[in-house]
Amino acid sequence: MVHRIAGILVSLSLFVMGQALAQDVERGREVFQYWCAPCHDDGAARPGTVALQILYNGEKPALLEERTDLLPEYTKTIVRTGISIMPFYRKTEISDADLDALAAYLAP
Amino acid sequence: MPILPPGINETDFSAALGQFAETVGTNWVFTSDEDVALYRDAYSPFWGSDEEKLASAAVAPESVEEVQQIVRIANRYRIPLYPISTGKNYGYGGSAPVHSGSVVVDLKRMNRVLEIDERNATCLVEPGVSYFDLYNAIQEKGAKLWIDCPDPGWGSPIGNALDHGLGYTIGHFRDHFGSHCGMEVVLPNSEVLRTGPGGIPGSKTWQQYQYAFGPQLDGIFTQSNFGIVTKMGFWLAPEPEAFREDTVAVYNHDDLIPLVDVTSYLTNSSISNGLPGLGSPLLRADSDPEHIALLQTSDRPALERYGREKNIPYWTCNIKTYGPKEVINAQWAHAREKFASSIPGATFTEGEKLEFPLTYEQGEEYQQGRIAGGRVDFGIPNLSIFQIISRTPWNPDPKFGHYYFSPIIPKTGEAIFEASKVFTEAYDQLGLSRPPQGITSLPALYYQRSAMLLMALQVTRNVEVDRKNRTAFKELIKIAAEHGWGEYRTPPAFQDDVMNAYSFGNNALRRFNETIKDAIDPNGIISPGKSGIWPKNMRGA
Ligand SMILES: Cc1cc2nc3c(=O)[nH]c(=O)nc-3n(C[C@H](O)[C@H](O)[C@H](O)COP(=O)(O)OP(=O)(O)OC[C@H]3O[C@@H](n4cnc5c(N)ncnc54)[C@H](O)[C@@H]3O)c2cc1C
Ligand code: HEC
Repeated sequence: MVHRIAGILVSLSLFVMGQALAQDVERGREVFQYWCAPCHDDGAARPGTVALQILYNGEKPALLEERTDLLPEYTKTIVRTGISIMPFYRKTEISDADLDALAAYLAP
Repeated sequence: MPILPPGINETDFSAALGQFAETVGTNWVFTSDEDVALYRDAYSPFWGSDEEKLASAAVAPESVEEVQQIVRIANRYRIPLYPISTGKNYGYGGSAPVHSGSVVVDLKRMNRVLEIDERNATCLVEPGVSYFDLYNAIQEKGAKLWIDCPDPGWGSPIGNALDHGLGYTIGHFRDHFGSHCGMEVVLPNSEVLRTGPGGIPGSKTWQQYQYAFGPQLDGIFTQSNFGIVTKMGFWLAPEPEAFREDTVAVYNHDDLIPLVDVTSYLTNSSISNGLPGLGSPLLRADSDPEHIALLQTSDRPALERYGREKNIPYWTCNIKTYGPKEVINAQWAHAREKFASSIPGATFTEGEKLEFPLTYEQGEEYQQGRIAGGRVDFGIPNLSIFQIISRTPWNPDPKFGHYYFSPIIPKTGEAIFEASKVFTEAYDQLGLSRPPQGITSLPALYYQRSAMLLMALQVTRNVEVDRKNRTAFKELIKIAAEHGWGEYRTPPAFQDDVMNAYSFGNNALRRFNETIKDAIDPNGIISPGKSGIWPKNMRGA
């Protein structure tokens, strides 16, 4: 009996966690769409995509959303320190919580 | 711990920060090194030097009442504030203050689109609303209205208009301050003022009439430090039916003079209402060695001959027109006739013809191959412009941004020639690098009655190189002023110099601004130093 209840609790909490994660990733996608896509999606004349195409010359995908090596810490650092002409973002623009979600969305 | 505001002791500063936190909540007062560093100007010409202008803290209110309270606290402790709207002023200061030690008042959280009136084509917004936000709000509402945005869409109608920013669509909409209507301002004494008809309690026409009874005050809140703007109205354009772009090409050097004159005539009579774009295919170095060699010489007749032989125009002008299809076709026919009769040998090419609304794909297709301009020609905000400084095939080793030397010159071919000569010589004298055929950088014609040169200096983040460039920039300001040209806007690093160049009447302009400043902000708390306007206690002897 005790076991069964514990089991239910564990699966319940896994379920809740799974939901939270899915929500985080969805929030991460929204943050990406709003703040990053204008430079990093696959449309015409996207400065980030063009720059990464040249930088990696096909060794890595030019699109951030297709990368499999963007560890959350790396994404967070770039967003808060900038790189090349990409400026850093203030917390009124991308809060720490949104940045976590964004980094999770881009993570492998 | 970040720096303190000059002359403020730690006890007072932390008391003020504590009261800011009581006002907006501790989450919205930023004091750690790490958080305050996010208010540095990413494109600062001072980056990393000990002259860099840095904030001491930042505070992010969510309402007008919170802004008022912040102003009261700042007065109590004499804390200098620096308001920003979206803080994306790259090239002209980013989100960093003019006076080091100021507390940035970051209005990004005040981000409501308060009204979109489709019938009268107006809107009312808060400072944190970006062009992307306003565009999205209009799309969601399904209103058939256009915004006019600058190249980067992440700035704000308010921040951009307050710094006299410019855009790309129809006629007077390109002048963002010029097409605003009504302001709400928190004054340095914390009172709230509404300009225009907004002065009437319960006004029904705040966004419909730009003046009010008595002096028109709105202008004094732009590029200034006389208040914190918390709302602004803007006029929007009804979505036009169609658009066409045509190009005039001329083959002699001196053809630029009638080319500009006819363009001005067409603009000033609203026959062509789009942003005209000047170009020079012949002055662009191309792969032919003969062409490259000719560009190194000053043999103009030979260059003209080469251009005519190879059918490479000396000058081109894109003419853009928006309106009902039959109307713009007739307008172009008239424009073409004007060019043809004024410039023998002019040739014409028809370009894009579009009808609105565009599909996403049409917008993308139009953007392809364009950098400055593109979807912004249709009020669609984007960030493609950053390709003028980011890593590209033609710029494989990018720097860290740029800032602009941007004087206003007369809108004539003669003035363009003169400015080109003057600044080419100046660049050489100052040791700035330039392309062999001169620095011009044909002017942009955003404003209907004048031309604007936009000369970019790179941010290298090499302290020595950036220092040299700053010195050169200051010389450019002086040289421009000697020729009667002044800048329309400048980064904080040069605001004193530019204000000093506007020296008519023994600096009457600066002194009048100081008189206003002293009268309305005796404690000097709002943006000290903005546009070279310093409060009494910070002015040199
Ligand atoms: C590649 C590139 C291209 C650019 N192209 C253009 C262009 O096409 N057109 C153009 O106009 N600019 C252009 N710029 C310059 C600049 O980036 C934009 O003008 C941008 O919109 C300004 O930032 P913002 O709107 O966030 O204004 P903010 O940074 O919020 O404000 C600008 C300044 O106005 C004052 N201010 C802001 N809000 C308030 C307030 N509420 N109360 C009192 N004072 C306030 C402050 O002094 C502030 O520093 C370009 C820059 C770059 C790097
Ligand atoms: C104004 C355009 C612009 C915007 C907006 C932008 N970036 Fe970038 N980003 C760039 C450019 C350009 C580069 C490439 C720099 C270079 O050439 O070295 C880049 C590089 C990066 C890199 C480094 C990739 C690598 O392989 O090292 C990351 C990570 C990144 N951006 C993340 C983001 C995220 C996340 C956002 C949104 C929060 C964002 N960027 C928004 C322009 C932009």
